[in-house]
Amino acid sequence: MNSALLIHRFHFAFTATFHYLFPQLTMGLALLIVVLKTIALRRNDPTYNEAARFWAKIFGINFVLGVVTGIPMEFQFGTNWALFSRFAGGVIGQTLAMEGMFAFFLESAFLGLFLFGEKRLSPKAHWWSAVAVFAGSWLSGYFIIATDAFMQHPVGYFTAADGSLQLSSFWNFVLNPWAGWQYAHNMSGAAITGAFVMTAVGAFYLLSGKWTAHARIFVKTGVIVGCVFSILQVFPTGDRQGKMVTDLQPATLAAMEGLFRGQEAAPMVIIGQPNDQQGKIDNAIEVPGVLSMLTYRRWNAHVQGLDAFPKEDWPGNIPLLYYSYHIMVGLGTMFIAVMAVSAFLLWRSKLYNARWMLWILMLSAPFPYIANTAGWLTAELGRQPWLVYGLMRTENGYSKLVSAGNGMFTLLGFMGMYMVLGILGLFLIWQEIEHGPTSEPLSKLSLVSEAK
Amino acid sequence: MASLWFWIVAVMVTAYVVLDGFDLGAGAIYLFAAKTNEERRRVLRAIGPVWDGNEVWLLAAGGTLYFAFPLLYASSFSGFYLPLTMVLWLLILRGIGIEFRAHIDNPVWQAFFDVVFSVSSILLAVFFGAALGNVVRGVPLDATGYFFEPLWTNFRLGPQTGILDWYTVMIGVVALVTLAAHGAYYIALKTDEDLGRRARGFALICWPLQFFLTFSTLIATYFIRPEIMDNYGRHKIGILVPVIVVASLAVMLWANPKGKEKLAFLASCLYIVGMLVGAAFALYPVVLPARDDQYSLTIRNTAAGIHGLSVGLVWWTFAAVLAVAYFTFVYRKFSGKVQAGDGHY
Repeated sequence: MNSALLIHRFHFAFTATFHYLFPQLTMGLALLIVVLKTIALRRNDPTYNEAARFWAKIFGINFVLGVVTGIPMEFQFGTNWALFSRFAGGVIGQTLAMEGMFAFFLESAFLGLFLFGEKRLSPKAHWWSAVAVFAGSWLSGYFIIATDAFMQHPVGYFTAADGSLQLSSFWNFVLNPWAGWQYAHNMSGAAITGAFVMTAVGAFYLLSGKWTAHARIFVKTGVIVGCVFSILQVFPTGDRQGKMVTDLQPATLAAMEGLFRGQEAAPMVIIGQPNDQQGKIDNAIEVPGVLSMLTYRRWNAHVQGLDAFPKEDWPGNIPLLYYSYHIMVGLGTMFIAVMAVSAFLLWRSKLYNARWMLWILMLSAPFPYIANTAGWLTAELGRQPWLVYGLMRTENGYSKLVSAGNGMFTLLGFMGMYMVLGILGLFLIWQEIEHGPTSEPLSKLSLVSEAK
Repeated sequence: MASLWFWIVAVMVTAYVVLDGFDLGAGAIYLFAAKTNEERRRVLRAIGPVWDGNEVWLLAAGGTLYFAFPLLYASSFSGFYLPLTMVLWLLILRGIGIEFRAHIDNPVWQAFFDVVFSVSSILLAVFFGAALGNVVRGVPLDATGYFFEPLWTNFRLGPQTGILDWYTVMIGVVALVTLAAHGAYYIALKTDEDLGRRARGFALICWPLQFFLTFSTLIATYFIRPEIMDNYGRHKIGILVPVIVVASLAVMLWANPKGKEKLAFLASCLYIVGMLVGAAFALYPVVLPARDDQYSLTIRNTAAGIHGLSVGLVWWTFAAVLAVAYFTFVYRKFSGKVQAGDGHY
């Protein structure tokens, strides 16, 4: 592979991966904050308002990092992927512009009000500003997913005389069937991140014996929301997304599953290392028939393997794709287990004192980030070698006049800059966690429970 | 249709410069106008609730440009690869400078972020000016519609231009002075006491510079690209541009010492509108002139398909009405002088 192509790909992949660490929490927390604010308004309970205010502070830090790492994403379409932009801009420009016009304006205008305007607004108006921030961030998610969906499964376009793609049907493009399930799957993933982070902070406070009244709210809200979305993540969203890949990108499915040879009653590989030299899975532990069942709903259905496709149309990096996919699925399964046990303990009123479970919940916080990242790697590596599936190859999309050296220079610059941002972000969020939701770490409730 | 989108993008870029311009300008004069910690916090409180929304105009204008003129976006962004990447780094630094300062109550931490915020604001103003200078001067496009410009060559306007030459640096300085004054008028409007007085004084110093630079850049631009006068000769409406620019300069000079802060700030907004619309008017229908005229990018050879542009008009109008409504609402909520308890800055 030529080095300019590799650098431009890694440039985008790195900046996008780092960027998405923030929006997934932003979108998840936006939902959770609306939940907290709603309960506060309904029950007129100041503790819920304090809880919401605490998370708004962390939301604020996270949001800033999301914004400043997000602007480079839009720029890179032009700076690093000029030929792709010229080719597909006539279509995907629609959703990218709509994201700015509909989502970012909404989100940014009301974020100021939500974070700084509580004194200037009535409780109801403040609740509305939280809803507007939530709506803006989730809307923004849709426009990006719709853009990606076009790259995965182009619809609603025609090829113009100069070879570029142009819009033919706005609604077909915006309501791309690929976008619907991918959006549901992705947003559910974001809600899981938010829920796990909220639960982890609550568990940390409970284990430290501080702010226990707030901590119970965090754990309860986080576990209920987390449990619901962990299940939705697999069924129906993940399942339907998988079906879509089977139908529309069969070569991708084969590579994800490491199915080098097509077969009937295709097995599902639980563990094993893909060996793309010899075209097999080394040391595989397989469950026969499961892949056929999942993809075609019949135990002995025939599933196409990579051998059904010319080698130049295989995803370029099969081991990475395979591992990403398996890590995502494995973690998703564990999330259900963790959240189901926690929900059971919560129901039996034992969770707040079950220190072993609180430890698990606290230490689980990083894993949704890994799962979300692995999921996006699966989607984007799986699309290779195409930039726009079936229409433009990745090697034809980057900016030919931006040399490998210049690309490397800015890539290293971003890496350095982002390392500083990451450290600053963690440091400041840690500060907020240490300051806690109120100035009084030992609330009345915790004193009562300790007296017992 | 492409002409309409040309003007929509021009209006959005202008809106960006007018809005984010005052918080960039406030950043540029920040270290000099606001001396004490309390004053600095007041400046940040004045821009805190709105700077992010203002910056969204850049993203929205960029998105709209991408949508309406994909080839222009592809060509200019990849050609200006190095300076744009630096703009991104500066935007990152500026954002965290504003937002992260208040999180730690330590004078050294805060002094550090003060400098980060102010220096990145100054550099951004210069970079944006230089970018405009590049667009007016023209870039070394070839038959493929692409180019790649080094940061500088010999600072002259030969066939091999760099991002920086004497002309683009000059426009960069114009942008810095204009936005510094713009920010000063805003701070004067939003604060009082010593800080407000100092901001007014700052604007007073900027005025003669702004006046002198306005006319010298006009002459320099005419010298570099005489065809900028063509549209003014062809369409009588062009006369409005110099009228607006001169009138707004006069109003600024008159209103500022009288303490009519709102009027002075509005005049500064109008001045920016006049200058940018004037530049767009002069360029039209060219969107990125080439050093060699035959390769210039125009609205015709860069626009997206007609169906996409027509559909876009429907949702764009709808979204723009909503956006204006949000902004009106937010600015009204945060209107008046900055109060002590606003925000966490």
